[in-house]
Amino acid sequence: MRFWLRFKPHAGNLRLWQLGVLLVFLGLWQLASRDVQLAFFLGEPVKVAGRVWSWFLPWPVAPNLLFPDGLSGNADIYRHLGTTLLETFLAFGIGTVLGLACGLWLALSPLTSAILDPYIKAANAMPRVILAPIFAMWFGLGIWSKVALAVTLVFFIVFFNVYQGVREVSPVVLSNARMLGANQRQLLRTVYLPSATAWVFSSLHTSVGLAFVGAVVGEYLGSARGVGYLILQAEGTFDVNTVFAGIVVLTTFALLLDGLVGRIERRLMKWQPRQGETEKL
Amino acid sequence: MATGASHALELLGITCTFAAPGGGPSYTAVADTTLRVAAGEFVSVVGPTGCGKSTLLNVGAGLLVPSAGEVRVFGEPLRGLNRRAGYMFQTEALLPWRSALDNVMLGLQYRGLPDAQARAQAQDWLARVGLAGFGDRYPHQLSGGMRKRTALAQTLALDPDIILMDEPFSALDIQTRQLMEDEVLELWAARKKAVLFITHDLDEAIAMSDRVVVLSAGPATRPMGEFGIDLARPRNVAEVRSTPRFIELHTQIWDVLREEVLKGYQQQLKKAA
Repeated sequence: MRFWLRFKPHAGNLRLWQLGVLLVFLGLWQLASRDVQLAFFLGEPVKVAGRVWSWFLPWPVAPNLLFPDGLSGNADIYRHLGTTLLETFLAFGIGTVLGLACGLWLALSPLTSAILDPYIKAANAMPRVILAPIFAMWFGLGIWSKVALAVTLVFFIVFFNVYQGVREVSPVVLSNARMLGANQRQLLRTVYLPSATAWVFSSLHTSVGLAFVGAVVGEYLGSARGVGYLILQAEGTFDVNTVFAGIVVLTTFALLLDGLVGRIERRLMKWQPRQGETEKL
Repeated sequence: MATGASHALELLGITCTFAAPGGGPSYTAVADTTLRVAAGEFVSVVGPTGCGKSTLLNVGAGLLVPSAGEVRVFGEPLRGLNRRAGYMFQTEALLPWRSALDNVMLGLQYRGLPDAQARAQAQDWLARVGLAGFGDRYPHQLSGGMRKRTALAQTLALDPDIILMDEPFSALDIQTRQLMEDEVLELWAARKKAVLFITHDLDEAIAMSDRVVVLSAGPATRPMGEFGIDLARPRNVAEVRSTPRFIELHTQIWDVLREEVLKGYQQQLKKAA
């Protein structure tokens, strides 16, 4: 009983419990993979880890108890990872700028927005992943067809957020700026653009994630390099361990990107009140 | 009263009729109202809630074009926004993504002043409203009273000849409110700008103004009476309230206002029903 009281989950040992869940999961997985038939479909955690080692590190491992065949230290994923990340960043940048520009334009010109409204709705409702074959035809199998696919995903997120953000600028703030003597350009620079930026940042986590998804899906549908390509290759040879290793790598980098966005957001959005911040005087 | 350059702001025969959404009967907020503010004069407008006081102020600012009537600014007919007026709004009007200092220098930047100069002037104004050390705070980090002070500095930094204030202190607690009323009077006394001050608080109106205009209950609001306030200046808004002359004026004006407040209340009940 005393033992349980000590290890009962509470705020202090939360990390320990989180780690415990992971270890139990990996243990059960490893146990299940002792059955050869199951291992064919589920892979083996130890082999997945070995695959990640060979991808990232240049040091080979001699045969031992865990890896009877030893591990080669290829360090050959960087080319693929670099391609995927480049596609992600390009798509994210282009999609954000385009979304920002179009969102501002349509929000400030109600007539254009009224005319284009049904087409925007249609474009947003369309499952945009089906555009991948068309982009492959237009831009070839290089990075640009993947960038294009990811841009279509990012664009609409940013676009709708900016559109909403500009239209929800407080009329009092707007009147105040006008009474202080702002002309149209100054209004755009000092009121609309910062307001829109705030909304872009609130959508940043979603849009970075979608840029990543667009890049990987694009690679998976046809490419010569990239993490999506590695997964596709492995799948073709029923190498389920490599597929899982690819998934692990992608998940890790998605988390890293998300953390990066969070840091940038906290730096740039320090003017926004945060929950529980009691610094008022 | 003669029309001419001696008046900073003249609202002549202003009528504002709003088309109802959905094509119902249109709503006349203000009917045939004439209001003059002399240069350097502090005029308060009191009236029951929802009587179109803010409408009148927006007309004076040029933010709203009246259905009929004319606005003159120092004798000149007003076209577009009133460039000689500063407007202090009832609700939050600061840019939340700019620090207090950057908010105060906003108007100066719009005028094309070099940043260093605008910053120095803004710093000066912040000090004058008692916020010298708070320039780098964002609005959400300031209290309601401090935000109002920042807004005041933002408006006054442009040195407008006419100051329009729309219930600027209605959201503040009574102590902060009296402090700020005194400060506004002090700043006003130093520069003697024309002030058009909207409030629903009769005490505040009498304590601060040279003249109090009472508006009738809406719709079709118009002035019901005008009262010159001959209390000696400089005034302390808390102390002046207990002088016999203040009480006398308060009784006089309240006699006129009370009926309108009741009427306004009846109308709101009818609208809600």
